[in-house]
Amino acid sequence: MIDLTINTDVAHQILTGFIKSEVTRVGYSRAVINLSGGLDSAISCVLAVDALGAENVLALRLPYRTSSPDSLEHAQIMIDEFKIPSETIDITGMVDPLIKHDANISNMRKGNIMARVRMIVLYDQTEVFKGLPIGTSNKTEILLGYSTMWGDMASAINPIGDLYKTQARQLARAINVPAPIIDKPPSADLWEGQTDEGELGFTYEEVDKLLYLLVDQRYSPQECIEEGFDAGFVNSVIARIRRNQFKRMMPPIAKLSNRTVGYDFLYLRDWGT
Amino acid sequence: MKLNLALAQIATKLGDVDANLEKHLNYIKQAKDQKADLLVFPELSLTGYVLQDLVASVAHKPTEADPVFKHLLKASQDLDLVVGFVDEDSRHRFYIASAYLSGGKVLHVHHKVYLPTYGLFDEGRFFAWGDSIRSFDTRFGRVGMLICEDFWHASPPYLLWLDGADIMLFSSASPGRGLNDREKLESARWVERVSKAYASMFTSFVAHCNRVGFEDGLLFWGGATVNDPNGELLVQAPYFEEAIISTQLDLNQLRRTRARLPLLRDERTALVQKELNRILSRD
Repeated sequence: MIDLTINTDVAHQILTGFIKSEVTRVGYSRAVINLSGGLDSAISCVLAVDALGAENVLALRLPYRTSSPDSLEHAQIMIDEFKIPSETIDITGMVDPLIKHDANISNMRKGNIMARVRMIVLYDQTEVFKGLPIGTSNKTEILLGYSTMWGDMASAINPIGDLYKTQARQLARAINVPAPIIDKPPSADLWEGQTDEGELGFTYEEVDKLLYLLVDQRYSPQECIEEGFDAGFVNSVIARIRRNQFKRMMPPIAKLSNRTVGYDFLYLRDWGT
Repeated sequence: MKLNLALAQIATKLGDVDANLEKHLNYIKQAKDQKADLLVFPELSLTGYVLQDLVASVAHKPTEADPVFKHLLKASQDLDLVVGFVDEDSRHRFYIASAYLSGGKVLHVHHKVYLPTYGLFDEGRFFAWGDSIRSFDTRFGRVGMLICEDFWHASPPYLLWLDGADIMLFSSASPGRGLNDREKLESARWVERVSKAYASMFTSFVAHCNRVGFEDGLLFWGGATVNDPNGELLVQAPYFEEAIISTQLDLNQLRRTRARLPLLRDERTALVQKELNRILSRD
């Protein structure tokens, strides 16, 4: 049996400790989060609040004109419930001029532009609030590459990147993320009616179990099929993980010298702290 | 005979030996105030763990002349100390090391024999392998030291036992991993299980001091323990938090336990040697 149950108390203790340690050791005491109204950013936000205190977390609501009103509203529920300082900045005026350059622009391109504009606003606000930007990508989307490079993936530290979506849901319940946020279908809300599971073509429930076997338990593709997963599904997920490896890495540097960043200049981010 | 043993599970600054030394001296003072006879620090307690290219710049020699060890040796006039550091030999090989300091002298240095170089670990890339496992005499009897992966192998504690160690001092920088539905991380459960097993099987005292704190996304889980020769847990430090814990070892327990359970007396070392010779000489 594939059991993705986590002890949410232990997870909460580790992840709040991580935020506190990694924010304060580089001289900061505050954090900034893009609060989309969805589950993942709500979790990162509560963890940051628990780690640093609500007054030290800035929640940003960054709607585009087609964004679902629910997204704004759900982010507001979080802000009210946890008493978090917030800013709402409409990104329509930043996004539309770029989109208008090309009449045939695809939804995906539009979505990437929105995600990257939100990143620009997030990083700009870190300067205003003197806080570090906290990541909101979960393990499922990181592995599947279901995210925008230099967009929603951009952050200084990511507390939830080793939790599958179904595990993130468990943590969300335990740390009192408001129910409407937990219960609604996951969506990047980049265009109307978009849902993650509709776009991906499978449910998080299904894919998380497969990813757990492939990644955490090191099952071979054949062993996953023997466990009852459809061969086509297994192969498409593996292809997706491999195809998106580039999103999980810094750009490789072409080696010329004897010592090159990324290969043999090896230091942790926490060097000297 | 009684031994007041203290374990300091500290967080370290990565690559900042001066800052870590200062923390050591603070904990040594606390331990002294608590009348500890022996204070154990974790693996690489003077340097931090994921050193990578910092290795050469944080190396020290455990001598009077060394600017770091001179303070620790002086402090060891008051109580015995086990500290973790990067040792550099005369031919510039770097080792993950533990030094036992007592009365202003270095009684023993252990170089980590097993360097994990798999999964999230990359020690073999940066360090030289130690090549000896020796017990040594202290004012509390014979002691053995091992570092983390050393005791994931059964042979090093066994060798220490045969070499006379009645007190085993394990130090670690063990990153927490394996979150599931249990209250303890898998890494903590495993180390606690083997520490208890070694204490039981070798009818010896086994202390384990693991560090705490984060290095990037790795959290060292702490949870220092001391088990007695019956395999009973005497004390345990909290998980994830910096702490100093202490307990009194009643060294007479060795006699009582071994009178009841003469595993050491009955150990067939000649048989082990004979069979090892046979196994190792096989083509």
